Amino acid sequence: MEIVLVIAIGVLTGSGVWLLLRPRTFQVIMGLSLLSYAVNLFIFSMGRLGLAIDKEPVLRAGVPQDLAHYADPMPQALVLTAIVIGFAMTALFLVVLLASRGMSGTDHVDGSRARDVQEMP
Amino acid sequence: MNAGLTALVEQATSALMPHLILAPIALPLLTAALMLLLREEQQRLKLVLNMLSTALGLLVALALLLWSNQPGATSGMGVYLAANWQAPFGIVLALDRLSAMMLVLTSLVALASIVFAGARWHRAGVHFHPLFQFQLMGLAGAFLTADLFNLFVFFEIMLAASYGLLLHGSGRPRVQAGLHYIAINLAASSLFLVGVSMLYGITGTLNMADLAQTIPLVAAADRGLLHTAAAILATAFLIKAAVWPLNFWLVPAYSAATAPVGALFALMTKVGIYTILRLWTLLFSSEAGASALFGSLWLIAGGMLTMAFGAVGMLGSQRLSHLAGFAAILSSGTLLAAAGFGQNLLTAGLLYYLPSSTLAVAALFLTADLIDRWRNDGASYAPFEQADNAPFLNAELVPTEGLNLDADEEVLIGRVIPAAAALLGLAFLVCTLVIAGLPPLSGFVGKVAMLSALLNPLGLGSSAGTQPGGPGWALFALMVATGLLALIALTRAGIRHFWATHDRVAPQLRVLEGLPIAALLALCIALTVLASPVMRFTQATADALHSPGTYIRAVMQAKPIADPTTPGNAAAPQEAP
Repeated sequence: MEIVLVIAIGVLTGSGVWLLLRPRTFQVIMGLSLLSYAVNLFIFSMGRLGLAIDKEPVLRAGVPQDLAHYADPMPQALVLTAIVIGFAMTALFLVVLLASRGMSGTDHVDGSRARDVQEMP
Repeated sequence: MNAGLTALVEQATSALMPHLILAPIALPLLTAALMLLLREEQQRLKLVLNMLSTALGLLVALALLLWSNQPGATSGMGVYLAANWQAPFGIVLALDRLSAMMLVLTSLVALASIVFAGARWHRAGVHFHPLFQFQLMGLAGAFLTADLFNLFVFFEIMLAASYGLLLHGSGRPRVQAGLHYIAINLAASSLFLVGVSMLYGITGTLNMADLAQTIPLVAAADRGLLHTAAAILATAFLIKAAVWPLNFWLVPAYSAATAPVGALFALMTKVGIYTILRLWTLLFSSEAGASALFGSLWLIAGGMLTMAFGAVGMLGSQRLSHLAGFAAILSSGTLLAAAGFGQNLLTAGLLYYLPSSTLAVAALFLTADLIDRWRNDGASYAPFEQADNAPFLNAELVPTEGLNLDADEEVLIGRVIPAAAALLGLAFLVCTLVIAGLPPLSGFVGKVAMLSALLNPLGLGSSAGTQPGGPGWALFALMVATGLLALIALTRAGIRHFWATHDRVAPQLRVLEGLPIAALLALCIALTVLASPVMRFTQATADALHSPGTYIRAVMQAKPIADPTTPGNAAAPQEAP
């Protein structure tokens, strides 16, 4: 399980960073989204006592109440907050992206009509 | 009379503590929520509300400052247990001298900037006032919280509001700069989250005081991971603090923002400095065992590179607002490099330098706007600075009655101050003196305090035989050199704007625009005149920062308030639902 998660985080982060460095605004926003998914998965993996595999997420009668038998609730709380904030920020970025596209007529991140960027119709 | 008033304020504050700690966060939140309910047409009412709330916030911050500095058994620490949970389990707000000082600074700059905005800029777009208050809320929260994840949340509140404020007025330069600013801050937030979650994974706590207790006990095998986490977290803060090479976003963003927003943003880099100062002295103090003073050289080197970058940037700036942006970078670099030494007297000096440089940079942003407008016949941008038709300040965008921001129309509303040109000139001169660190103003006092601390690390008269090492001499030389470069750059700009021959009419200012600049600079002068008590205060702050035991004890030992409804029944076992 660990290796699957590690590969997922690695691939998401790698693609995210690569997209973040691209010159188009849409690529940048996709990069930021992928990066935030990677971070959210990463937060999950940072629970105490490692990854919670086959552990109860919610209190259940008859299960001893310690971290050895339950998933660490802390990363879940952190991830929930991070997802909400990340979602709001992505939405806001999308609006600015559209404004930039409308004002400059190009989807280049610098809004310049650089030679290597094709003009949008 | 004065002493009686102080005593009265102290009494009132003590009665309200620790609940008053929440006020700097709750007040802007409630004001902003109230203003969201008002229609956009009621700009004037919103402006008045905004000013009142900010002024009230200033009073609260001053009361907290007095409270934190009173000699007594409280050791200047106020702890507020949100939701009444004991320290490591619940979120804690903690007030000490440093946070109180930052709160007062925030309120002062915010008040000046909202008064300035009231003259004209607040009408350039919608929702300026609620965003302004949310920004204040985020700033106050970041200064007060004692929990890392809560710090992240307040950072995001602050940033979300700052995105809106940066875009206020719209127009292509702002949207373009905003795009970059948002992208880099979202990336920084990801780093912040990674760092925070790693710290949690290693230590099992996010409470700053608890972290400080846990870090010396971390197993040797995890030490490298801990340092990685701290470095990732610090990178997020260093982006906020505009350290080179993570600061290329700052100048375009700050200079594209409307002037009052630029002045408020002068505080934002200081948030980065504050968090680094707070967390670094707490987590990696000299008592942190194997991790003591981790990253010190990185802070010093990064700070010095930033100083050099800022000074060279000032030399190369053509526009005044760029000059102000690079001045913010220079001050940020100076503070970081000085903080990296982790030396008591040096920290005291930098804590004196921090408010004075922030006030001066904020005043420079405001002055630059007025000078630009004067130079460009009423417009903020000269015709050549507008590549194509920017819709900013478009009459269609803001159909407000009495609005007159067009370049073509002659008279800007308001009374002409005959001495307007003199005021602008004087303001620019004072900004120059403070930013370049020339006598007799506060910039000089702050720099001398830092230089003297570099030469005499144990204090004047008791440091015989001690020599500042290589980094010490390097910082010494850089501080003098960057002061000189800043002076050259600002003098050149001053000559070009005030002495060059031109056929301009006298600048037309409104009182609302002249007043905040004069007030900010008067504060710099007051800092100079009151240098002795202020230095005593910053020395006490630095002492507290470098012996984090007080902070840790105060936070960890804060007792929740007993439940009044079930006396003596608090320990009763609860039935699981």
